[in-house]
Amino acid sequence: MTAAPTRTPRLDTRRIGAYLLIFLGALLTVAPFYFMFVFATHTRTDIFHLPPPAWFGSNLDENYRSLVERVPFWRNLWNSLYLAVLTTGFTLFFCTLAGYAFAMFSFKGREALFGLLLATMLIPGTLNIVPFALIMQALGWIDQPRALWVPGMASAFGIFLMRQYIGSSIPRELVEAARIDGATEFGIFRRVIVPLTGPAMATLGLVTFVQSWNGFLGPLIIFRTAETFTAPLALRSMQGIANTDWGALMCGVALTVVPLLILFALASRQLIEGLTAGATKG
Amino acid sequence: MQATLKPPKARRRPSWSDFQRRYAPYLFISPFFILFFAFGLFPIVFNAFLSFHQWQPGTGLGEMKFVGLRNYTDNLTDPTFWLSLKNTAVLAVLSGLPQHLIAIPLAFAIQGGLRRMQNLVTAVYFLPYITSIVAISVIFFTLFSWQYGVINVVLNALHGLPLIGALFPAEKINWLGEKEYVQSAVAMVVVWRYTGWNMLLYLSGLQAIPRELYEAASVDGATRGQQFRFITLPLLRPIMFIAVTLSLIGGLQLFEEPFILTNGSGGAGQAGLTTVMYMYRTYAAYSDAGVAAAMSWLLFLVIGALTLVNNRAFGRSGLAGRD
Repeated sequence: MTAAPTRTPRLDTRRIGAYLLIFLGALLTVAPFYFMFVFATHTRTDIFHLPPPAWFGSNLDENYRSLVERVPFWRNLWNSLYLAVLTTGFTLFFCTLAGYAFAMFSFKGREALFGLLLATMLIPGTLNIVPFALIMQALGWIDQPRALWVPGMASAFGIFLMRQYIGSSIPRELVEAARIDGATEFGIFRRVIVPLTGPAMATLGLVTFVQSWNGFLGPLIIFRTAETFTAPLALRSMQGIANTDWGALMCGVALTVVPLLILFALASRQLIEGLTAGATKG
Repeated sequence: MQATLKPPKARRRPSWSDFQRRYAPYLFISPFFILFFAFGLFPIVFNAFLSFHQWQPGTGLGEMKFVGLRNYTDNLTDPTFWLSLKNTAVLAVLSGLPQHLIAIPLAFAIQGGLRRMQNLVTAVYFLPYITSIVAISVIFFTLFSWQYGVINVVLNALHGLPLIGALFPAEKINWLGEKEYVQSAVAMVVVWRYTGWNMLLYLSGLQAIPRELYEAASVDGATRGQQFRFITLPLLRPIMFIAVTLSLIGGLQLFEEPFILTNGSGGAGQAGLTTVMYMYRTYAAYSDAGVAAAMSWLLFLVIGALTLVNNRAFGRSGLAGRD
């Protein structure tokens, strides 16, 4: 036997080298998060000191106090949450509805409309920035969260994802059977489609939530007063001033990132599987 | 008798269920299209209109003045616009290329070498992608600090190592304060953020390649390097095309990372000023909506042209095609 099965684990030097590189890369990936937590517990002078702190300090409560003194941080965090929840809720509803229509109905213009939908994904967002700002000004939606969640209620990506999922995992016969039983189209959606699209909805919901939570350029254009800022804007406003309190800023950064880390810890498998499934089919 | 009758279906009065079945799909897809027309298409048309006018936001629509192509020529004769375009191009390459050069072998190594840890490692590499760019850029801002930054301290410590020490600088690098380094610093943050995302794309592509191909190749005596070159790369091409296109479009619209790292200023020598940043500045600080609109169209042309070049490159004899 010359050709040994390639799958038996052989601990040769090359394999060890690959492991080392993978883990070194992973270390570099996590390092900034580590320093975020470390810096959040140090004073400004400690952070900018040689050598920089590598372990946790004892200034966390002071940093926190300074943070909420400088910006209405909980209010900002609440604004982020409000925006993200509304956007996610509407996106899930409208994208699943449209995905259902594209996957399960045959209607005139379906292919053309779906093509148009896919084409909209190719438009660079930059083309929209200036007119977006002007339109929101004209509507009087400056400083109003609706300026962001109303346009964000549905996305081409979301509809695409839901169509793929519904088309490939829900049998048409199920829908036909419900029709024969006299269910209305919306009734079928609510009682047959929605309960069966859980995994895809979880992925889309996570993506939408994370995008909204992390959004910067949109909020930068819309929100003008500290009370209406989202968390990223509040962080940015703290960085702008001359004498930045870096300890307080890091504390704010950590508070903004931690909810995402928790969410990710709970749902990373779901998110990663859902995203790659969509990617390979695209 | 039966033969003279039309099929009963056609004679029946359309019932409520037929009616709603016919129109329900249009109703169901309408929210997206309404939103798209209101907040996607209309603004773009308006943007085109605006790009031929001189207008300061806040003065009312009546104050718009038609100026023909002047906004475009203003941009094209503005050295800062060209500088921003050059910065954007350099940053797109500097941040785009390493992402893929790292992500492909990384995905290959994880797929081939890690069995039990695969999910955990994938999640770790993916972590930067889900976190706020602003938060991350703020962290990196401190890490890049000249005298006290962790990055310089680590690099200088590595300089003391035997053998590989020469690869690392002995002096502290003024990452965000010197023209030569601003772009590298921004690029590093972008690479850090998106490599995991690309790795995930490639991993999903790799998982779609049938194992038998590798087995057959190794029976034929192909080395791992040859397997990578003749099986993995060609079959990875479709996903590579998607990944590269996404980084290209994203890279040319870079905004948050340079904006936060340079504190909104563009940094030393404006080396961190990207076109989107300059457009935002033109609109928000200079209140020149028409010029900013024209700038967005010029950038759109550049993105379109480069996407086309990218399509061509991957279409026939791209990176992984036959040489």
